[in-house]
Order: sequence, then C-alpha cells, then structure tokens
Amino acid sequence: METSRDDFVIAIRSAFLKKGNKQRFSLTFLLFFSVLLVVLGKYNFFAVNYLRVAINEIVYRSSFIISVPEKYAEQSYNSIKDHIELYREYSSLKEKLNKIESEKYNSDFLIAENKRLKKTLENVNYLSEEQHAKVLIDKGSPFLRSIIVNKGSNNNITKGMTVLSNNYLVGKVVEVNFTTSRVLLLSDLNSKTPVSIEPGNIQAILSGTGENDGIIQYTSENLPIKSGSIVYTSGTGGLFKEGIPVGKIVELDNKKKVNFFSDFSQLRFIKLSTYEKKGD
Amino acid sequence: MVLAKNKFYPNLLKLAPIILLYIAVLNDFDFNYIKYFSFNFPFILIYYWSLKKSESLGYGYIFIAGLINDVVVGFPIGFTSINYLLICGFAGYLRNITLRPRMVQDWLFFLLTISFVNSINFIVLNMLLAVKIDYLNLFYNTFFTFALYLVFANLFKIYQTAVFKEIND
Repeated sequence: METSRDDFVIAIRSAFLKKGNKQRFSLTFLLFFSVLLVVLGKYNFFAVNYLRVAINEIVYRSSFIISVPEKYAEQSYNSIKDHIELYREYSSLKEKLNKIESEKYNSDFLIAENKRLKKTLENVNYLSEEQHAKVLIDKGSPFLRSIIVNKGSNNNITKGMTVLSNNYLVGKVVEVNFTTSRVLLLSDLNSKTPVSIEPGNIQAILSGTGENDGIIQYTSENLPIKSGSIVYTSGTGGLFKEGIPVGKIVELDNKKKVNFFSDFSQLRFIKLSTYEKKGD
Repeated sequence: MVLAKNKFYPNLLKLAPIILLYIAVLNDFDFNYIKYFSFNFPFILIYYWSLKKSESLGYGYIFIAGLINDVVVGFPIGFTSINYLLICGFAGYLRNITLRPRMVQDWLFFLLTISFVNSINFIVLNMLLAVKIDYLNLFYNTFFTFALYLVFANLFKIYQTAVFKEIND
C-alpha cells in the first residue's frame, strides 16, 4: 500500500514537476503562470491587458490567414450545395415549364376553337321575322296532328315557317292559304325534326308518334341519352334555326320518348317565324 | 546545402503536431456547424502527443497556444492554457504509470482527463469568473471529443509510424 502511494506520488511529481525531455519549462511553472495570468486578468492588471492587446493584434491577422482554407472549404461546400439546389430548382422549373407549355397548347387550341366557333356563330346569326297568329282549328285527328291559324299568304306567311309557342317549338307551316295556314305539329307521325340532345350534343331525329309525344330515332343505342336530357333543334337541313327548345327525354319501355314543352292541346296563340342566316 | 534541404521536410513533418495545434486554436477548429455537434480537437491532439511523444509538443508552445485560444474564443487570458497544461499533466502521469500501453486504456483515461478539465473549466468560468456557458453544449462537446478520440488517435498513430519511424503499442 505504501509502495503504491509512493508510485502515485512519483508519477505525479514526474509528470508535473520534472522538466521533461527537450522541454524548456516545467509543467508546474507554466500552470502557475497561467493561473497568475487569470487572476491578474480578473483584476485588470495593466500588463495582462497589454499582453491581451498584443496577442489580439497577432492572432486576429493570423487567424484571418489561417481560416482561409476553412472559409474556402465552407464556400466550396455552400457553392456545391447551391449548385445542387439550382439543379433541383431547374428540374422543378423544367417540369413546370413543360406543364405550362402543355397548358398553353391547350389554351391555344381553345382560343382557336373559340375563334372558329365565334366565326360560325357570326355566320349563323339569324334575322327573324315574327308574326303572331290565333289558332282557329285544333282538331285532334288520330291521323293528322295539325292546327289551322288565322294568317295566310296575305300576311306573308310562307311554307316551312317555324311555329313557336312561348318560344318552344311547336311545328312548321305546311300549307298556306290566302288568309289561313296549316301547321304540322311535332307530334304528327310525318313530322321528322333534326334535333340535338344535351348534354352530349347527340344528333338525332325526332319523330311524332301520333300521340302527344315524340320519339328519338336514328341513334345508336349505346349513346348516353339519359332521362331528363333536353332536346333542341339542331338546325341540320336548314328547316329550323338551331337551339330552339323542344322537349325533355323520358324513358318508357326502353324507348326514349320526348315530352314536348308545349301542350299541343292547349294552343291558342302561336308565333310564326322565319329565320335567315345573316352570312348568307 | 543539399543536406540542409534534405532535413527540412522531415523536420517540418515532425513539427506537424505543433503546427496543427496552432492552426486548430487560430481557426477555432471544432466543426460546430451542426447544432450540438462540436468537439475539442486541441484536447485530443495535446493528449495524444503528450502521451505518445511528449517532446513533439513543447509545454511552452502549448501554453502559448492556450493564450491564443483565449483571445480567439474570448476567455480570460491564461484560462485555456491551464486546461491544456492539465491535459499534459494527466497524459504525463498515465505515461509514467503505464508499462504496456493499450488504446482502450488511453481512451478511458482520456474521458477521465477531459471530464476533470471540463469540470474545472465549468467551475472556474461559471462560478469564479461569472462567465456563463451552456452546460448542455459542454456536455455534448465532451462526449464527441471522447468519441472521436479513437478516430484521431488512430490517424495520429499512422502518422507517427510514418514520420517518426516508431511504434508505440
């Protein structure tokens, strides 16, 4: 035990007190000197302050030079990081640009389509002449669904004029007399009207059934014609102006029938119109 | 002349530990870019070289390095010198009592050394000099310094073998 304590003391003494190989100062001396500097520095001893100022002068300049490689490494790291960020940003922007370009093509297409449709609309700008007439005869014949109105050729009524009731299509003039005219109703078996069904812009032919409704013909069964779809005139064939509301689709016994907006049995006054295309 | 030239580079290589120490203290070399990650490279360097080859680091140079570190960091002058010299003392003690050096033993004694030195550091700064330091940062610094000792010790060992042509353990 005694030997062990002696060894410890010898080792400590050797480490702290003995001046080592090639050492100019002993560790204890330098430790003591360091403590002295700290204590004197605490009480603002002028020599310590001068020492600090002198070391400051040397160190700050040296530190600036010494830290150049680290700063360079830091700058290089930041530069590489920036480049990577730039690349990521570039990729992201490229993706966005592609998306915008694609949207632009769509937009260009829509603009072109809009222009084309506007042009088409301008071409199909109708001039209309309207006359009102009173229904004289409304015979509910089972073979012919027609009405007689009190306007004829003396009122410039011509064959093929569109007949409307409350802006809904009723039929067309098929016979013109001097003071009267016959109107073939849409519900007549011989009535064939080109129509357009919305939504879907489905083109079809509306035929009369001889009853108070119509039927859709000449369309594929796969077409998505749903109950509640609205039937408009399509304007095909030039018989009627396009877009006149006709009726609503109802599905009965797997057949698509059309309930007309106008009640043909209640017609009292109708409107006779002619439409001429402005461009023509 | 040729002889002198031939000796210049080997001598420069032998001075590498002290040059590295001065670069470390002038540059405040601790990699504290990441939050809570920092380590005290001069502690590792002084401990290793004092333990393995004490003549490569003169106590006087270590003392001056401490003064420089105080100025760079802003500690009271002479304060870091005490820490550095205490590490030299601990390393010297271990050298004196060790017959067959082992890396693990050095490493564990290094933990004891830096714990003692950082405790002195904390007590003196916080209590006597009223300089506030972050206890948590000091703890992490101690931990990473201890953990990284093995890495640097192995690197220094390779360097020592290559330059000083000797094998310690």
